[in-house]
Amino acid sequence: MKDNKKTYWKGLEQLSNDPAFVKNADREFPEYLPISNGEDGRSNRRDFLKMMGFGVAAVSLAACEAPVRKAIPYVNKPVDVDPGIPNYYASTYMQGGDYCSIVVKTREGRPIKIEGNKLSPISQGGVMPQVEASVLSLYDNERLRGPVKGGESVAWETLDSEVTQKLNSVASQGGQIRIVSNTVLSPSTKEVINQFGAKFPTSRHVMYDPTSADGMLQANQESFGTRAIPSYDFSKADVIVSFGADFLGTWLSPVEFTKQYSKTRKLNDGKKDMSRHYQFESNLSLTGANADYRTMIRPSEEAAAVQALHDELRGQGGSQFENIAKAAQDLRDAGRNALVVSGSNDPAVQTVVNAINNQLGAYGTTIDMSVPMMIRQGSDSAMNQFIDDVKAKRVQAVIFYNCNPVYNHPRGTELAEALGGAALTVSTSDRTDETAALCQYTAPDHHFLESWNDAEPKRGHFSFTQPAITPVFKTRQVQESLMVWAGQADFSYFDFLQSRWRGNLPGGNFQMAWDQALMDGVISVSGSATAPADSTATAAAIPAGGQPAFSGNVSAAMSALNRSTAGEGIEIAFYEKVAIGDGSQANNPWLQETPDPVTKSTWDNYLCVSQAWATENGVEAFEGKCNKAVVTVGDKSVTLPILIQPGQAPGTVGIAVGYGRTSAGKVANGVGVNVYPLMQGGAMAVTSGVSIEVLPEKYQIAQTQTHQTYMGRETVIQEATLAAYQENPSAGRYNPHTATWKSEDGEVSPGALSLWKGHNYNNHHWGLVIDMNSCTGCSACHVACQAENNIPVVGRDEVIMRRDMHWMRIDRYYSSDAVEDYTAMEVAAANPEVTFQPMMCQHCNNAPCETVCPVAATTHSTEGINQMTYNRCIGTRYCANNCPYKVRRFNWFKYHDNGQFEDINTSMNNVLGKMVLNPDVTVRSRGVMEKCSLCIQRIQYGKLEAKKEGRRPKDGEIDTACASACPSDAIVFGDMNDPESRIYKMLKIRDTEEADYITEKEILEPRAYHVLEEIGVKPNVSYLTKIRNKEEMSEQTDA
Amino acid sequence: MQVTSAVREDLVTGGKTVHDVTHDICRQVEGKPTKSWMLGMAISLGALGIGTYAVLALLWEGIGVWGLNKTVGWAWDITNFVWWVGIGHAGTLISAILLLFRQKWRMSINRAAEAMTIFAVICAACFPGLHMGRLWVGFYWALPLPNTWGSLWVNFNSPLLWDVFAISTYFTVSLVFWYIGLIPDFASIRDRATNKISKAVYGALSFGWDGAAKTWMRYESVALILAGLATPLVLSVHTIVSFDFATSVIPGWHTTIFPPYFVAGAIFSGFAMVLTLMLVTRKVYKLEDYITINHIELMNIIIIITGSIVGIAYITEFFIAWYSGVEAEQYAFINRATGPYWWAYATMMTCNVISPQLFWFKKIRTNIAATFILSIIVNIGMWFERFVIIVTSLHRDYLPSSWAMFYPTFYDVGVYLFTFGLFFTAFLLFAKFFPVINMAEVKSIIKSSSLKETK
Repeated sequence: MKDNKKTYWKGLEQLSNDPAFVKNADREFPEYLPISNGEDGRSNRRDFLKMMGFGVAAVSLAACEAPVRKAIPYVNKPVDVDPGIPNYYASTYMQGGDYCSIVVKTREGRPIKIEGNKLSPISQGGVMPQVEASVLSLYDNERLRGPVKGGESVAWETLDSEVTQKLNSVASQGGQIRIVSNTVLSPSTKEVINQFGAKFPTSRHVMYDPTSADGMLQANQESFGTRAIPSYDFSKADVIVSFGADFLGTWLSPVEFTKQYSKTRKLNDGKKDMSRHYQFESNLSLTGANADYRTMIRPSEEAAAVQALHDELRGQGGSQFENIAKAAQDLRDAGRNALVVSGSNDPAVQTVVNAINNQLGAYGTTIDMSVPMMIRQGSDSAMNQFIDDVKAKRVQAVIFYNCNPVYNHPRGTELAEALGGAALTVSTSDRTDETAALCQYTAPDHHFLESWNDAEPKRGHFSFTQPAITPVFKTRQVQESLMVWAGQADFSYFDFLQSRWRGNLPGGNFQMAWDQALMDGVISVSGSATAPADSTATAAAIPAGGQPAFSGNVSAAMSALNRSTAGEGIEIAFYEKVAIGDGSQANNPWLQETPDPVTKSTWDNYLCVSQAWATENGVEAFEGKCNKAVVTVGDKSVTLPILIQPGQAPGTVGIAVGYGRTSAGKVANGVGVNVYPLMQGGAMAVTSGVSIEVLPEKYQIAQTQTHQTYMGRETVIQEATLAAYQENPSAGRYNPHTATWKSEDGEVSPGALSLWKGHNYNNHHWGLVIDMNSCTGCSACHVACQAENNIPVVGRDEVIMRRDMHWMRIDRYYSSDAVEDYTAMEVAAANPEVTFQPMMCQHCNNAPCETVCPVAATTHSTEGINQMTYNRCIGTRYCANNCPYKVRRFNWFKYHDNGQFEDINTSMNNVLGKMVLNPDVTVRSRGVMEKCSLCIQRIQYGKLEAKKEGRRPKDGEIDTACASACPSDAIVFGDMNDPESRIYKMLKIRDTEEADYITEKEILEPRAYHVLEEIGVKPNVSYLTKIRNKEEMSEQTDA
Repeated sequence: MQVTSAVREDLVTGGKTVHDVTHDICRQVEGKPTKSWMLGMAISLGALGIGTYAVLALLWEGIGVWGLNKTVGWAWDITNFVWWVGIGHAGTLISAILLLFRQKWRMSINRAAEAMTIFAVICAACFPGLHMGRLWVGFYWALPLPNTWGSLWVNFNSPLLWDVFAISTYFTVSLVFWYIGLIPDFASIRDRATNKISKAVYGALSFGWDGAAKTWMRYESVALILAGLATPLVLSVHTIVSFDFATSVIPGWHTTIFPPYFVAGAIFSGFAMVLTLMLVTRKVYKLEDYITINHIELMNIIIIITGSIVGIAYITEFFIAWYSGVEAEQYAFINRATGPYWWAYATMMTCNVISPQLFWFKKIRTNIAATFILSIIVNIGMWFERFVIIVTSLHRDYLPSSWAMFYPTFYDVGVYLFTFGLFFTAFLLFAKFFPVINMAEVKSIIKSSSLKETK
């Protein structure tokens, strides 16, 4: 084509190179385009675009502004509060007479977790579910915000002036004043009450306990001249015989006893012997579940059984009770290192028990009368007298000090009816409970985490309570209230407490000694003279170590007791559940959802019946669904669902107290049935006049485990007798083998064959070892895990749907009498052997969950931990299905900020409750999988602390919540790469390096095994076999 | 190469001419919707409506509205998923494998069977999405897409990811295959169309088909290539679906027999579903001459074969469980047959193994009513097969402490109903607006008029 050399001009201006044209020649619009010409006032296209652009940007920016949540920084940061760094304060848990020395973890000024205080010689760092959960009660939305008069909130001044005026008018007319409480452990509080009594001479202090130990106190008064409960030392006992005393669960001081007891249950190369434990009881208690020999007796037979043992020990044999003769023989052999306890509230029974212990020489070894325990001081007769007085209008003013007798005293209804007759009724309860609702005034006390106090759980052992948070509401400590009403308007309990301790603490400088005492939380003083001990204690002072002579009248006691064993009719044995106890913390959802260690049921109490009774009455249960029944005692009756409980003594039924609260709060109200009114006197049983009528109506109890037996699966539960263990430490172990051509003998252990290359743990290799022999099943770990890891509570309906969210559970298996026949094996034995197996994520090295997740939301860490990435999880649940241990939990709903769970999951659904959440742990959203992380936040914190100091973390520095809470030290956490760690030594680890890439741990401890070893997932959690100190195992284990 | 045996029965009866074929098929598309169609559509939309409510509730509230629990993490969701995927097997099998094997009888059923496949796969695909409860993350996080989360990649070890690829590939290939087949027929409708809208719509759908010899040649090669591509997919999809279970550690799932067993089961249920649908379509659209008793019989024979394979697989599983000596495996199978879900197992065995054996009787396999009932029974059985595999394996696996029961809720049923509504709505729309029989292909197998004269 011919080149086109033609030139075109835009116009003449270009041709002439007009300067005016050249200036604008390369502009898009050579002519001036005004943005706004202003002359006609109209906007043009550009303006439109600008406005539009601005508008879009403004609207989208405005939309970005989500609900504004103001974070308010400290103006002046408190010296000891660093964001992100927890502070720990030693304190004391007291609930009635229940005691535990604790360490409170606070974050940014909020208590978020309770741990045991390892410095305490009594609780020794152990906790119980109620102790762990009490931090949530601090943030209970049902707590009163301030003083209340007749249901209306009033100012403290108003309440004080009215109460003072009424007290004075009552006192001036010589009217009687009563302060009613449960056991008061605090000597300073007792002094306050004394001073109140000095001001009002007609006032008396009445102590009672919902689960009374009055019979024991009386018996000791009679036997030893001192109204006190001695200290027990189960750790020195080679043989333990318990008559209905649930000392591992609820009896007196379970944390302490579990610590001691578990020491006798540990087995290792150096210690190949363990205690033998006999239990005679009606209900299958936590303690009975741990016993080597358990005999089922009726409550009415308890006296006869104790007497039979007494007689047997004196050579008068012929007892018809199973195991009595054997127990007597063992006790005789153990001599001083034996211990017999009874949970009976009958002074005569306790006198015979004292005589037995005296005969064995247990006083001075396993029992120490010189260090009395103060944790039960209530007097049944004083309380009965009080109720009679109120009914007869002999009492004009009553102050209920943190107690709730209308609910938890058998004569509560009588009291409720009569209370209106008093001129002044005050409750110091933290909520409008059943008693407070009937009182004219409620002067709410602080939660114990907001309080100052001291405690004397045992003579010479003191413990301090210090506030871990400034009071959340306008509450006031009872001690101050009492003194204000007694006329000391400017009374400060803190000053009072300090003044009482001034001069009584060791060391010269009081302030330093005081600070040290608060820091440690506990102080032990030898001899009560040097400390401001309880001046009102009725216990006579006994020199340390010295034991008073036994002077009980055994023959009188024996003749007073019924020897009859021919029980007729059905008997009720009442019991406390480990989590709910007497019901005072019933409004705590963590406790409501903690499955009972034995029945594995939540959110209810029920009628425990034996399988035989159920068959006789045509009652069947499936998946916790069973008939309801009406239980009638005299003119009172209650309707309860039935639960078929293996190990329930024939002719008896068991019912838990602590339920059926009507005025505890939204969580507890209407949960279960109150059975305190069925009780007669102080006894925890009704032995006659009981009738039960089965209703056709069905009811499903929310159980977290509905299958009772382990179906003879040795891959799950491995157990042996002590004799077999002593002969061969690997007794009871199940060693599966896989056939292969790779090995010469054609068989290898399943772990030897793998598709996977294994992991290389160059730094740490975290793991857990769980001793099934010392795990008592108490569930402290369970609640600790819930508190530590922000685990939601899902409520009864969701538990029935089998959707409990607990990251760790304690599997409870009964033995079965059947062998081979799978259907028969599903039925537990009538008096089964019980095994507890704490089960959490096993952190498998060949984790089946990791391979199946399509989005790699669950992965393996370089330290052996199987990790969940919540915000990557899309919720296929494939991992949970493929988990052989079924430990993964799915967020079926949004459990936080959801009206559906408002009254259930209180820690995530109201502003107050949310304060308990651990800021180190994400609150999981709906549709996300979660599971045990081995407390990764604790590991990380420990590693960082060590790194700051330029060293490696030391063993024991980092502990998971479960291991730290465990009162029996059954769970040990540690670094399997650290030869100095406890876990390394317990498992006797030998490192093997078969190939470059495989670093696997060979475990040489003969008792250690992995659950489901044969599927080759190689867990980092090991279990130690269950060893029973009995001659023969039940049949199933031989199968 | 193509040898047609002279003794064979006619594949299309009634002496249909080429014009008859066009007319018989197109008239359904061109006419007004019939009363029965309207009724069917109303029912389907009703089911879809109730189902949509269930789906919305599920997405709003969470998976908790279903009856699943900590032990049984999959139940109706994945049962339905596998069931629908299984149903979605017949179409491609008929059109691809039977095409490669030159089975000409497939020609009058392949169109509807393929449509069924597409809709069934859509229904199936709902479940992996819905069962996560959070569609907004689930659908795309499972895809290996470049992202702003750093080097965050999917887990190629996961059978669920393989599922994503398998199902999406299968769906894409089936859809393309089906659509390519539709093009000449759309062109026929376009050419017959009298109103503008139809002309425009079918014109667009037919991609400017001109019926030239070259076009036909290309059409046939594409069909052959796609058939070649689709054939391995028929086998791979359900194989991979079976890997979801086979690669796990759960007793009852961890089974190497699963791939062939699942594929056979899928074909089994797919043919049953084709029969269910075709028998109705045939009756309503009066297509007895195109879908003859011969077709039905042939499909019933495939049902006997695949049903027997499935039956043998069931028995083999039991044998292997016993032979393995693995306690948990043995218990899983004893529990299937005698545990709390024995009724599901009994239903499965009756419907899948016993009932198809009735087709050994020629009277039964050539009886339309019997075939219709049995085809439904087979699909009930196949649903229970998946339920048995998923739920009874999960509900009692290794640790007896976690053993639990599964009880469905309204929403489990509702979401299943949703897919039924979706499936039948789509199928009815297809039946009304698309040619239900491949006219172009069927025309190649009718006897020419001259042959007819000599007969």
